[in-house]
Amino acid sequence: MQLKAENISFRYTDDGPFVLKDITLEVNSGERVGIVAPSGYGKSTLAKILSGYRLPEEGKVLLDGKPLPMTGYCPVQMVYQHPEQAVNPRHRMDKILNEAWQPDDELLRKMGIEKSWLTRWPSELSGGELQRFCIARVLGPETKFLICDEITTMLDVITQAQIWHLLMEISEERNLGMMIITHNMSLAKRVCTRIVDLTKLNNVHSHTHTHIHDHEHGDEDHVH
Amino acid sequence: MSTHTHTHTDKKRFEFNRKTFVTMMVIFAVVYLVGVGIWGLFMDPESYAVNYDAKFVSPNFDHPFGTDFMGRDMFSRCIKALSNSLIIGVLASLFSSFIALFMGVASAVFGGWVDKFVNWCVDLCQGLPHLVLLILISFMLGKGVNGVTLAVIFTHWPSLTRIVRAEVMQVRSSQYVQAAYKMGKTKWQVAATHILPHVIPSYVIGLILLFPHAIMHEASVTFLGFGLPKEMPAIGVILSESMDYLATGKWWLAVFPGLMLLVAVVLFDVIGDNLKKLWNPQSGNE
Amino acid sequence: MSEEKKTVLNVEDLTVAFNMYQKGAFKKTDLEVIHKLSIDVKEGEIVAVVGSSGSGKSLLAHSILHILPKNAKVGGKIEYCGKELDDKYVKELLGRDIAFIPQSVDYLDPLMHVDKQVIGVYGNKERQREVFDRYHLDERVDTLYPFQLSGGMARRVLISSAVMEEPKLIIADEPTPGLNVEMAMETLNNFRELADKGTAVLMITHDIDLAFEVADRIAVFYAGTVVEIASTLDFIMGRGFLRHPYSAAFVDALPQKKFKPIEGTQPYAGNLPSGCLFADRCPYRDDECAGEIPMRDLRGGKVRCVHAT
Repeated sequence: MQLKAENISFRYTDDGPFVLKDITLEVNSGERVGIVAPSGYGKSTLAKILSGYRLPEEGKVLLDGKPLPMTGYCPVQMVYQHPEQAVNPRHRMDKILNEAWQPDDELLRKMGIEKSWLTRWPSELSGGELQRFCIARVLGPETKFLICDEITTMLDVITQAQIWHLLMEISEERNLGMMIITHNMSLAKRVCTRIVDLTKLNNVHSHTHTHIHDHEHGDEDHVH
Repeated sequence: MSTHTHTHTDKKRFEFNRKTFVTMMVIFAVVYLVGVGIWGLFMDPESYAVNYDAKFVSPNFDHPFGTDFMGRDMFSRCIKALSNSLIIGVLASLFSSFIALFMGVASAVFGGWVDKFVNWCVDLCQGLPHLVLLILISFMLGKGVNGVTLAVIFTHWPSLTRIVRAEVMQVRSSQYVQAAYKMGKTKWQVAATHILPHVIPSYVIGLILLFPHAIMHEASVTFLGFGLPKEMPAIGVILSESMDYLATGKWWLAVFPGLMLLVAVVLFDVIGDNLKKLWNPQSGNE
Repeated sequence: MSEEKKTVLNVEDLTVAFNMYQKGAFKKTDLEVIHKLSIDVKEGEIVAVVGSSGSGKSLLAHSILHILPKNAKVGGKIEYCGKELDDKYVKELLGRDIAFIPQSVDYLDPLMHVDKQVIGVYGNKERQREVFDRYHLDERVDTLYPFQLSGGMARRVLISSAVMEEPKLIIADEPTPGLNVEMAMETLNNFRELADKGTAVLMITHDIDLAFEVADRIAVFYAGTVVEIASTLDFIMGRGFLRHPYSAAFVDALPQKKFKPIEGTQPYAGNLPSGCLFADRCPYRDDECAGEIPMRDLRGGKVRCVHAT
């Protein structure tokens, strides 16, 4: 399968500066494509567009030539940077884990999720433990592509290495396509099969750079 | 710097801290209000029957609150009146809050013209003076129990609607709700599993803080003669009757019923505010 | 690194516990989040505190500045230039001798233009413009209110207000997220300049690259305490030069090093083992590790491990 972004352009307001301009890139099943750029180059925005959270102003996101489904389980799933914001603080971990499908014991063991964690509340787990749940809950059989937006940036380096080792293993086993967004080049070199430099790919003019940055954060503030 | 050092777990059964104090306050207020409500509901009408032999008796052991111009025992009549007011107030608030919940959730979930319409209704309702609107609706519906109850229902939802809408908007933009949609959940599933449980605490507190408003407004409208009928024991009726005799020194006719109403209203505030403290994560651990 | 340098900030055996209700219960228990933490910062030195986010690093800054929530219990000693830093003293020094760069813009007054807040009590307009220019904040920013700032701008305003004067101590809580590379480097260079003039900088960060870049010493934070403080050079050289087995595992897991993780997870507050906090994941564990582990000096650094050599 192939996930393709075709001439994507995006801006947050109708007359604002473009955050993304004419971006074309594709990810094939089994590939782990790293998107590397410093903050302010629209990485997170690209992740949201590729996983269908936002619609581009121009261009298309195609999965094997067809647009992403607007309802039902999306074959392109995203994992966020802040796991504690991505889970409902009022739900217990087993409910969070089983929101979309029932992962089997084998997967839980592989993900390093301990049975005793299932009866806890999100506030009783660390960021690294929560992130394992956030990954496991979107690894359903219908998931074909996984977009990872700085998923280990807030975790300690040991947990970071643990999570990436198992994600690499799973992506190979299931022929999963992954897009890995990170600012950390050494991490990208370790885990990706191909690296794309978004600073070269993104055709926004460099003098608008600070504005892009500001807008991206403005948007994040809304989400919080 | 404080020099307490760490970890000593109390083995005591009962610990007097803010949480136990606040919980006791809430329990006391609930018991009092529910008690008065039930007492009044099952009260024998004989206990406040007309007795022309005992007109205008000032407070004594037999009649703690005295008697009125028809010799009715004011204590029993007050309890019955307060009970009526409580029941009407609670019922009206409940229905009013259902409107608020429905409108608030709909406005936030569907957005667009639904949101615009709800906001327009809220603005319309809040733009008119509260009491005027109450009197207008009650009068239109022919006064009486139905009139005043419906008037309270139709005038008390706007502020709670705003609260519910804001809460829903907040949770709706959260990552876990967005992720739920991408995991194939429908709008209704998301509303039931994520949105409602998030809104309920603020909704319940809003509802409890609505009770005193509803009761006060019911009493005011009745006092002004647009609410409950004269023959029904109600705080508003009692107070408006007492006006005729105040100048002649029958102070007990206004003071005790007034105090009863005041205490009831304050107690509802006590419950609402203390629950807010207990449920708020910032102050919850003090 | 001469020996006679004055210690500006000295924290000894800091313990912080939150007095909290257990879920659904009426009894309060103490949840210990920082355990016997010791750290010191000398003049002209940048000390980076690294560890995963949520492990209680920010609480160290909040304890020093006395801005912990009401239900916190604090034990241990915090000294500024040899004098106990109590609530009153820290208020006296804050803004002039001690500068704090908080994580969030919430610390700014929402009803005041940012230039006035940055100038504060002691500054002046020229100096404020000078600092803002350095951080690429043009004149339009002066008259904005905090809510009008983007994440990156807010961060730069917060940093500006800290470097307005030449403080003796800067406490920076995650100063760089949200900044682009140039701005982050500018900030670090600014810290370095101030440190070279004698300022002591305590920089809390989860970004080890940042720490490698500017810090003189690095303190490794694990499960609510500092397990090792050593010179940055030791960390760059790798595991053979480090003292604590966790620091070694930490460095091994870096993608630019071996990218090799050890098993297990950090124990969390309220569930901390007695004795060594790392014992359950440590290859050198034995009976000695169950006792109280003091911080001790070793090869020019400090370590909280009985087996370290």
